[in-house]
This record gives sequence, C-alpha cells and structure tokens, in this order.
Amino acid sequence: MTMIFGVPLAVFMGQLMLGLINGAFYALLSLGLAVIFGLLKIINFAHGAQYMLGAFAAMLALEYLGINYWAALLLVPLVVGALGVVIERLVLRRIAHLDHLYGLLLTYGLALIFEGTLINIFGVSGSSYPTPEALQGGLNLGFMFLPTYRAWVLVAALVVCGGTWFIIERTRLGAYLRAGTENPALMQAFGVNVPQLITLTYGFGVALAAFAGVLAAPLYPVSPTMGSSLLIVVFAVVVIGGMGSILGAIITGLAMGLIEGLTKVYYPEAANTVIFLVMILVLLLRPSGLFGKEA
Amino acid sequence: MTFNRKTLASSIALAAATLVAGNAQAQMSDDAVRIGYLADMSGTYRDLAGPGGLEALKMAVEDVGGEVNGVPIEVFSADDRNSADVGANTVRGWVDQENVDLVAGMVASSVSIAVSKVLEEAGGLAIISGSAASSITNEHCTPNHLHWVYDTYPLANGTAKAVVDQGGETWFMLTADYAFGHALEADVTAVVEANGGEIVGGVRHPFPTSDFSSYILQAQGSGADIVGLANAGSDTVNAIKTASQFGLTQTGQQLAGLLIFLNDVHAMGLEATQGLLLTTGWYWDMDEASREWAERYFERVGRMPTMVQAGVYSSTMHYLNAVEAAGTDEAQAVRAQMAATPVEDFFARNGRIREDGRMVHDMYLAEVKSPDESTGEWDLYEIKSTIPAEEAYRPLAESQCKLVQN
Repeated sequence: MTMIFGVPLAVFMGQLMLGLINGAFYALLSLGLAVIFGLLKIINFAHGAQYMLGAFAAMLALEYLGINYWAALLLVPLVVGALGVVIERLVLRRIAHLDHLYGLLLTYGLALIFEGTLINIFGVSGSSYPTPEALQGGLNLGFMFLPTYRAWVLVAALVVCGGTWFIIERTRLGAYLRAGTENPALMQAFGVNVPQLITLTYGFGVALAAFAGVLAAPLYPVSPTMGSSLLIVVFAVVVIGGMGSILGAIITGLAMGLIEGLTKVYYPEAANTVIFLVMILVLLLRPSGLFGKEA
Repeated sequence: MTFNRKTLASSIALAAATLVAGNAQAQMSDDAVRIGYLADMSGTYRDLAGPGGLEALKMAVEDVGGEVNGVPIEVFSADDRNSADVGANTVRGWVDQENVDLVAGMVASSVSIAVSKVLEEAGGLAIISGSAASSITNEHCTPNHLHWVYDTYPLANGTAKAVVDQGGETWFMLTADYAFGHALEADVTAVVEANGGEIVGGVRHPFPTSDFSSYILQAQGSGADIVGLANAGSDTVNAIKTASQFGLTQTGQQLAGLLIFLNDVHAMGLEATQGLLLTTGWYWDMDEASREWAERYFERVGRMPTMVQAGVYSSTMHYLNAVEAAGTDEAQAVRAQMAATPVEDFFARNGRIREDGRMVHDMYLAEVKSPDESTGEWDLYEIKSTIPAEEAYRPLAESQCKLVQN
C-alpha cells in the first residue's frame, strides 16, 4: 500500500476530502463576515448566532410548518436576512459613525441575547434535523465512504461562494457596493441610495450565515450554542485571509479546512489550535492578511 | 423577623435552657433546614441536571410537607457555570451567610471536588448527583460529601465488560483530551484487557470538538470491532451522529458510549443511536415506581428526568428522612444516620452508603431502542441486565480514601 508520511494513501485522501468539506463551511461563514466587514466596516460578532438561527429556523419550520429542507434552504436565509435588515436599521445604523469596537460590542451583545433566549426555551442539548431523503446514503469513492449529504454541502457551499464573489467583483451592483464604501458621499451625489445599499449588504451577509446554518442542520445537533464555538475559528480565517477580502475569505477557508484535516491525522491533539497558530504566523509576517490590500 | 424585647427575652431563655440541657439532645441548628442547589444552569451540562434537578429537589421538599422536625425547609440555587472557583466561592458564601445545611446537585467533577474541600474546612454536607469522576470518593473523599448516582468505575466496568463478553474484542478509543477522558480511557483499557480484549488504537481529540468526521474515518480504518467513546456531553453526541452518517455501524463496527445521558439520546434521535450499549444508574421506565415518579416530574418539567435529576430527588429525600430520624441537622449526625439506613426507593435498589461516601446501588446495562421498537418520544432504552450494587463500584479494598481502613 502506498504510504504518505506513515499514513495509508486511502486514509490520507479521505482526510483531504473531509478537510475540503469543513473548509467549504469555513469559507461560507467567513465570506459573510468578510462581506459585512469589507463594505460596512462592522465586525459582526453576531455571525455565529445568525448561523445558529438559520439552523433553528430550519428545524422549527420543519417541525411546526412542515416546510421541507429544500424550501428551508431558500426561505430561511430570506427570513433571517430580513431580521438582519431590521437589526441594521434599528441599532447598527445608530453607531455607524463610532469606532469599530462599538459595533463589535453591540453585535456580541445581540449574539448573547439570541443564544440566551433560545437556551431558556430549548435547553442546550439540541435536537436533530433529519437528512433530506434525496441525500441519504453515501458514495463509495474507493478510498473512503463519503456520505452524500457531505458531498452536497461541498458543492452547495462552493457554488454560493463563487456566486457571491461574482456578484461583488464582476457586476454593476457589486461595483456600486464597493464604490459606496470607498466614497459614500460621491456615490450619493450620483443619486445612489447608499444607506439602503448598506442595509441590504448586511442583510445579505446575515442570509449567508443562515444559509450555512441550514446546511449544517442535518450534520450537527441543532443547539443554541452551535454558533459560538465556530465563530472564533471563522474570525481567525478572516484575519488570515485579510479582513474584508472576499476571495481571501473563500480560499483561506478551504485551505484552513485542509490544514486542520491533516492535523487531525498527524497530531490530533493540536487540531483545535492549528488555525490559530497559522493566524499568529500570518499576523507576524503579513499583518494585513494573505489577501489584504494594504500589505 | 422583628426583633423586639419579647423575642430577645425568649431567645435568651431558650439559650439558657439549651445550656442547662447540655448536649443530652441534639438540636436543629437554627430556624430552618437550608438546601442550596448548585449546578450548571446554562451551559453544556444544563439539560442533564440544571433547572430540572432543582425542580426534582423542590418535589422532594414538597413531598415531606415543606418542613422537617417542625422547621421549614428553604431551597435556593446558583449557577456554577462549570467553574470550580465559582462553585467554591458560592458555597463558601452559603456557609458563611446563609447557614446552608446541605449542598445538592453538582455536575462538573472539578466543581464537586472544590466544593467538598470547602465543606471539609467549614463543616457542612454535600450530596453530589451529577459528577462522573470516581476519584470524588477515592483520593478526594471527605467526611463532608456523598456521591449518589454513578461514577466512571461502573461506566467502564458495566459497558466495557458487557461489550467484550458479547464478542467485541478489539477496541479503538476516541478520548476527550482532558483529565476526565484520560481517566475513563484508563478504566476502560483495564477492563477490556482484563476480560481478554485488546486496544488496537485511539485518538485523543480536543475538548470540545464539533466535527468528528476525521476521527471516525480513522476508527473505520483501524478495523477494530468496537469504537469506545471516552468523552461526554456534546462530544459524544457529535461523535455518534457522525459515525451514523459515515455508516460506521453498517460496516460491522459497533459504538460503545461510556457516559451517555437520556437527554443525549433524546437529542440525537433513535435513528443515529439505535443499538448503542450504555450503563445507567436509573431509567424512568424501569418499573412501576420509577414510572410513577417520572410522570409526576414530566407534568412539572415537560421532559422525562435523567438519572441525575431522579438522583437529586432520591438523595434529598434520604437526607430529609435522616434529619427527621436523627432529630438534628448537624452534618456528621445526619451523615451517620443516612449511612445507617439502606437506600431503597424508586431510584436506588440495594443501595447503601459506604464509609468512603459512595452510595452503591444496582446499575443497569441498557441498549438504545430502534425507531421501530420505540413507542413514544421518551421510550428510548431497553434494560438488558442489572449490575449488582456490590460488583458495580470500585471495591473498598482498592480504595485510597482516607476514611477507609485498609
């Protein structure tokens, strides 16, 4: 059997595959953060809670309204995104002129409120969300048994990441967005409604988090605390990629998934810390991140 | 209480009378029996004890009529947030300012050990219902605490032995990388090897971990018969869920969960957990007595009780009965009375309190039902066999507890 650093090739390939899938999650979540930070300069600490809300909304919709997975995949991001719009209108806008730190504290407070409320109602054990019928079972890739649902997660996440990148970097709407954040006064002079653009952008970032939440629901127990543990890792990914860089968030997310996956084979004890080690290295050598603009 | 001249006079008279009577008769320490409930009320361990355990405690107090020996029973509670510091400071405050007589609940083993040290210094009594570490009544034993529901010794001894007996000889261990996981792994390894099995591999994963796919893949690659889970709470839940997604059990391997609570199985659902073997101290659908109590609990809380929540009721009841029988709430007198009385109720069978503070009672090997076998939301376990009280726990002959003469 071919061995790679003492690990059979099949196991090695399997771990790469899993790393890629986790990376797709990191990419999707850090993309939302990067969009919000890049265009609004808000450090959205409520992102983990919004991801959790996505999973919860999908579960409650199935339980009480009979809305299935595929409909939830479309509806839940809209509903949670609308909540994001309300948050932006009611509170974030009022502190937009203040230091970044205020936005961070405010969104962190919101995250605690969402989490605490749901813990009070549902407890912390969480519930399980059934895997949709069409995606049950698995594929035999020769080197591993890959559950179909995970393959789907990889594809769905990559398509959404690619689409977002395309909209922001390659379309007229994206150009407005980028210009609106560079120089809002000038854009307003051209007749573009900048505050509305900003509201919609925040709503979109939140919708991305909720979309990731719905994707995660069949994989992990749906519990109020599911977002808070992930959030810190995702922030590390955004910092490594360069705050606000869209492409950086996507590529770094995938890369960190791979690095973490390999760590789980060679030195599992460090699996939770390896991303932070990379972050420290990047901050030392290239403080604005791998894809940051002002390097 | 308004402190007027009359009550002052009568208290002096009472004090004088007590002095005259000397120590001929033990007394209630003050005008109430105070029970403080300390547990994780908001974090990872909330659902296995938490507010439900407090409700169980209140049920016990109501069932004795809210008073004992003519004084009312007061109940208060606090969240230890799984922090030994928070727990120890809370209990110190309770002892100094509230005259607490009994501390109940307690989940994270580190909290229980810290609290028992405080009570050993300050005098007082704790009954620990939620913690797992068997060291609580081994090297950390004190005259000031009892350990009620279960510990890591029967978990390893029950599940691991049963699994090896059923032919699961080669094991791959999935261990949480901290003290509790290491201890459980060591206990399991000893039991597996003593029964002719073999540990062929393992992974120590960080605590906590949400994605177990990589470790499950390694377990699959190991070719072991059994994948042993030396972890708890959300880690166990995530590992089992992932194993089910990767078809681990379909390829002939079997999972052995070593610390699994009813709320965990309920959260994961039967599809993912069916066939799982586990050791438990109690199950709500064990017999008529447990069903009857569980249904009363269900009416108040809306969920079926875990073994820990049932244990809180059982231990509080045993404590209050002992206070009544001894005629005092003085900690050592009550402990002696509790130890002198066998524990036999809806929760414990063949129960007794040993000198190391361990309440030994029958433990049960259970198997999680399949979705077809289950008839309701909480119909989750089938009890396969009973592990007799005297075999389930670490024998006193092996004890390092300072209260045990070896």
